[in-house]
Amino acid sequence: MGAVTLNNIVKRFGTFTAVEQTSMQIPEGSFTTLLGPSGCGKTTTLRMIAGLLDPSEGEIIINGKRVNDVPIHKRNLGLVFQNYALFPHKTVADNVGFGLRYRNVPRADIARRVQDALELVQLPQVANRYPKALSGGQQQRIALARAIVIEPDVLLLDEPLSALDANLREDMRVELKNIQSRIGVTTVFVTHDQSEALAMSDQIVVMSDGKVEQVGAPEEVYNTPASEFVARFLGASNILGGRCLSRGPDGAVLEVPVFGKVIVPSAKAPHLAGEGAAKLVIRAEKLLLRDAPPESGAFSAPATVETVDYQGQSVRYFVRAGDTQLQAINMIDERPFAVGAQVHLTLRPQDCAALPG
Amino acid sequence: MGGGGKMGWAAIRAYTILVYLFMFLPVAVVVLLSFNQNQFGSFPMTGFSLRWFEALWNNDAVMRAFRTSLILGLLTALISTTLGVLASLALVRYAIPGKNLITTILIAPILVPEVVLAVALLLFLNWLGIGKSFALLLAGHVIFTLPFVILVVQARLVSIRRDVEEAALSLGASPIQTFFSVTLPLLMPAVAAGALFAFTISFDDITGTLFWKPGGVETVPTQIFSMLRNSISPEINALGTVMIIITVGLPLLGAAIARQISIKRGM
Repeated sequence: MGAVTLNNIVKRFGTFTAVEQTSMQIPEGSFTTLLGPSGCGKTTTLRMIAGLLDPSEGEIIINGKRVNDVPIHKRNLGLVFQNYALFPHKTVADNVGFGLRYRNVPRADIARRVQDALELVQLPQVANRYPKALSGGQQQRIALARAIVIEPDVLLLDEPLSALDANLREDMRVELKNIQSRIGVTTVFVTHDQSEALAMSDQIVVMSDGKVEQVGAPEEVYNTPASEFVARFLGASNILGGRCLSRGPDGAVLEVPVFGKVIVPSAKAPHLAGEGAAKLVIRAEKLLLRDAPPESGAFSAPATVETVDYQGQSVRYFVRAGDTQLQAINMIDERPFAVGAQVHLTLRPQDCAALPG
Repeated sequence: MGGGGKMGWAAIRAYTILVYLFMFLPVAVVVLLSFNQNQFGSFPMTGFSLRWFEALWNNDAVMRAFRTSLILGLLTALISTTLGVLASLALVRYAIPGKNLITTILIAPILVPEVVLAVALLLFLNWLGIGKSFALLLAGHVIFTLPFVILVVQARLVSIRRDVEEAALSLGASPIQTFFSVTLPLLMPAVAAGALFAFTISFDDITGTLFWKPGGVETVPTQIFSMLRNSISPEINALGTVMIIITVGLPLLGAAIARQISIKRGM
């Protein structure tokens, strides 16, 4: 088991910089997700940890040892790919046992450990089949078994769920997380899917344009985004540009369109230094539509419903308040508001977050 | 499409059949006559006999030519396939400068008329002061068959995903172990096809061989050629039949084996 540290990593391809001056700590035993849109440098970062790419600058440290000059086959890492990358000419058992053959494991032990790994991924019965005879989900489990049977220091997962269909993806998500916590291996998971990141991670590293935007626990990244990019990338957010009028120990007072003066608790404005331009971030599911103005303690504004997107247990509304269009996702019991309905937008102070403008 | 279309297709089909008859009937006649009892190749055949094959077996010159062709073909296949696989790996897997130029040069021998290639190589070696030899003959055949190997192997190599090799590396196999345990087995159908191509092309090549062969060395095609100059013996029919069986049968056999393997793996 091992922790991974990146110190000022830079990766350039010709004149293009894929990863800029990035440092991060991946604690031992943690499930850390590199999250971002395609082209943000997350896969490049993973491939540098794996040893498939050499960083242009900086240090990669695994288990306290600098591994920049250690070739991939000596790093003892488990790697799982988006397209499974099973060996099509080998049986499942030979696929899973492949890494053990290069580790001087006695033949009898290989068979036993392969069987154990197959049981861990709940596919003990397919040992003698070829990968082509398995479904996508089964192939990905075999790929996982192959990566963990060697007891790697770090498990690296490169969008392992994105080739699976939606239902299977959610099942695999739970299972993957269970297996990871059972064996306790340090895991680096790359995805562009925010719900995967939020559901599985101990720590999320949000990346954009080759830079780290924010590092934190899922609820921290979700509820207290450090930048507009993070606020927009995770979930559906409304961002209102305005000014910070004052910043005190009790919170920050923001003047924004629609709601006027809003007081954001200090904990929700950690990056806001003081007066000046500021932005208010409101999660779509925290912006509630009500028939009547709320009792005291919440901010409110009148608005008109413009679009109703009914989704069963919830509704997504687009509402207009003055010149501003806002998005709201509300749970409902009965009928949604109709298009054109006059409503009161309701917002609790603890449900806002403030960013420097 | 109306009735006219149907008529058109019927005409195309008939025409195609005629073309095939024109091309393959002479071959069929040669095979048929090789089993003829009679000395003179004419119809109706006078009886079934293997005497001409027996005569071949006892003809030292033919057997020598056969051995030469076999050794030449096998060596050509071996060298061409090895070089072809290495060249394909370099061209597909690595960013080497002048990649397109190198590919063009390697493929060029099948674009240049064989006579030109044959004369060019001969003149070049003459200029270097190197005489004709079996090695030269072999070199010529390798140059001529290499493009086929490279084209087949490259096409296959492109379809082998890089991440399969990366998976092997991550599991602790060194680059060389990865090549032998993952890349080469996956490449095997193309390697086998390339080797078969190289062997059969070498085995029935005559143009280049006539220019390159040293005195006294005959391959089966040049042997047939020189036999034809003296007389039209039914032995030639028998030899032709053997050639056809080898050059047609080997690839068919190879394809059948490849299919069996892929069925077993469920691919």
